[in-house]
Amino acid sequence: MNASRIRPDAHPASMLAGRPEHSADSPLSVHAMTVAYQRKPVLWDVDYDAPRDALVAIVGPNGAGKSTFIRACLGLVPRVSGVVEFWGRPLREVRRRIGYVPQREAVDWDFPVSALDVVCMGRYARIGWMRPVSRADRDAGAACLDRVGLRGFEHRQISQLSGGQQQRVFLARALAQESDLYFMDEPFAGVDAATERAIVDVLRELRASGRTVICVHHDLQTVPRYFDAVMLMNMRVVASGPVGTVFTPENLQRTYGGRLTLLAEASEAVARAERG
Amino acid sequence: MMAVLAAILDSFGGRAGHNTAVVLAGTMLLGVAAGVVGVFAMLRRRSLMADALSHATLPGICLAFLLATAVGSDGRSLAVLLPGAAATGVAGLLIVNWLTRATRISEDAAIGAVLSVFFGVGVVLLSVIQALPTGNQGGLKGLLFGQTATMHAADAMLLGVVAIASIIAVTLAFKQLGLVAFNDEFASAIGVPVRAIDLLLMSLVVMVTVSGLVAVGLVLVVAMLIIPAAAARLWTDRLRTMAVLAAVFGGTASCLGVLASSRLDRTPTGPSIVLAAGCIFLLGMIGAPRRGVVAGLGRQALVAARVHADHALRSLLASPQDPRPIGVVLPPGLIGRLARARLRRLGLVRVNGSMIVLTPEGEAEARLAERRRRLWERYLVTHAEVAPSHVDISADAIEHVVDPEIVARLEAELAADDARRVRGGADA
Repeated sequence: MNASRIRPDAHPASMLAGRPEHSADSPLSVHAMTVAYQRKPVLWDVDYDAPRDALVAIVGPNGAGKSTFIRACLGLVPRVSGVVEFWGRPLREVRRRIGYVPQREAVDWDFPVSALDVVCMGRYARIGWMRPVSRADRDAGAACLDRVGLRGFEHRQISQLSGGQQQRVFLARALAQESDLYFMDEPFAGVDAATERAIVDVLRELRASGRTVICVHHDLQTVPRYFDAVMLMNMRVVASGPVGTVFTPENLQRTYGGRLTLLAEASEAVARAERG
Repeated sequence: MMAVLAAILDSFGGRAGHNTAVVLAGTMLLGVAAGVVGVFAMLRRRSLMADALSHATLPGICLAFLLATAVGSDGRSLAVLLPGAAATGVAGLLIVNWLTRATRISEDAAIGAVLSVFFGVGVVLLSVIQALPTGNQGGLKGLLFGQTATMHAADAMLLGVVAIASIIAVTLAFKQLGLVAFNDEFASAIGVPVRAIDLLLMSLVVMVTVSGLVAVGLVLVVAMLIIPAAAARLWTDRLRTMAVLAAVFGGTASCLGVLASSRLDRTPTGPSIVLAAGCIFLLGMIGAPRRGVVAGLGRQALVAARVHADHALRSLLASPQDPRPIGVVLPPGLIGRLARARLRRLGLVRVNGSMIVLTPEGEAEARLAERRRRLWERYLVTHAEVAPSHVDISADAIEHVVDPEIVARLEAELAADDARRVRGGADA
């Protein structure tokens, strides 16, 4: 619904067609996207094309607009300007093919639902209005819980799960969406080792079956091990591409530059104070 | 059904009849609807909006009465009053919405301001009406605290229709209402029209609240939305069960309230319905299996007993073969007795008179517990940034939570520590 407000002139054919740098088979093409809260821009003129069948990490300092990027792509926050297309089509035509794992903190985990209830929410778009969740949908949901290593937790109330298990429930819900492109907002934040392994396994399965996953990721050390491509971000896209060529100290310095300078200044000040 | 209700009322000794039975049925149905709608209003955190709404209906009621009397029709008929109530009620909601969006005022402050200003205007209008020569405002006073005694069968039918329509609407949109209340961003991402669902919910709240004015009165009508839902939450962790329970609680409270107020002359219906609902809530608060006060105290005592039992094991381990006075290793009172019972049940200690001693199994368990505790301590020190979310108070099974590689490393470190301590002791 947001999409239609932002793009009243949306055209069935790709608005990005004909631009050499954008290809219609890219799962996600973003062009000149700007997002602002009040008058303060959070994302500035972002251009990005996601590779196919790849695990992509979005990396950048706090407040760099990483979550906002995902949310703007999904139409959850309004864009000031810019075009977002999936496989060359606007969001509303392909919504079913896009899965989403929000941040764990986004919900009240004391809500009266079981793990399986939450996973089945991933199938609501398929089930449609006014129909109950069918036996088949519950079986599919249970299978997704099994894939994230939570077999036997189906009827557990969600507040009785550990943080890592809650994160895996969210992942299972996204799997239940059976999408081709996934957005995940910090799926590895504050999780235990078992959960981290489970998530990595699922991500690799998704890639092997031709899916693309775009993750906001905060742990620089694990980027080369877990991901194929990286998007370095600080209000703008600093650099993007395969991890091997883009994930370099120079690019990281450019991404985190401001913060590193601040740190250097602070340590100099401390040193001066100690000398004085 | 009416006959049955009439019979119940007769046995209650009221001045029962067909009319009373219809009124009772309508009010009960409304209680059911309020309970069901209240579940979603509460989970979506809109309960206080309902309070603002209900208080904001008063000026509308008064204006509708004044208008109707001015044109010479009966100002007290519900067909006149309820649309007026809904009009200013919704206006109040819109103003709350606008205030929170356009200014820096937070939602609770906006609700408080709108609620009191609208209610104040309403009270002023009410006294204006009272001063009128023609002012027969008896029907209006009833809307403040609810008066089913003056209700006609036709009014009750209206309540029943509104109630049934609300229940059907909730049933049809059950999945979407639940999803939006739980995680509106995800709902929006999969294409659920969140604004439309919120609009549906608020419309249901308006319908239930405005028609509930007659039975419960505008001061207390919000209780019919909140209390059954809150009471139901105490008993269950499932949304569907919660909705059914809230419906049952709402219906029961309405029924009891109407009966009680028909028994006690001149008691308004609203307060007696709310009192009945309050009693239902109190029962749950005390007795509910997981969230009740009693269950909570019991659980706390068991955790404390477990911690003390662990302590006792470790202090007995200092000299495993020697019996020691119970009073030294365990605290007096209930917790100590629970801890002792636990240790004996698990066969970890023998109690002989006032003395307590470890069994061989107890000694083995104590050593295990000691090792786990030290592992956890070590983990807290070495993995400070992630540790707090994983630490288990009972020090159980670090292996289940923490990566096996890390556990192996911690164990190696502990062994090195022990070796160093032994060497140090030998040097000294």
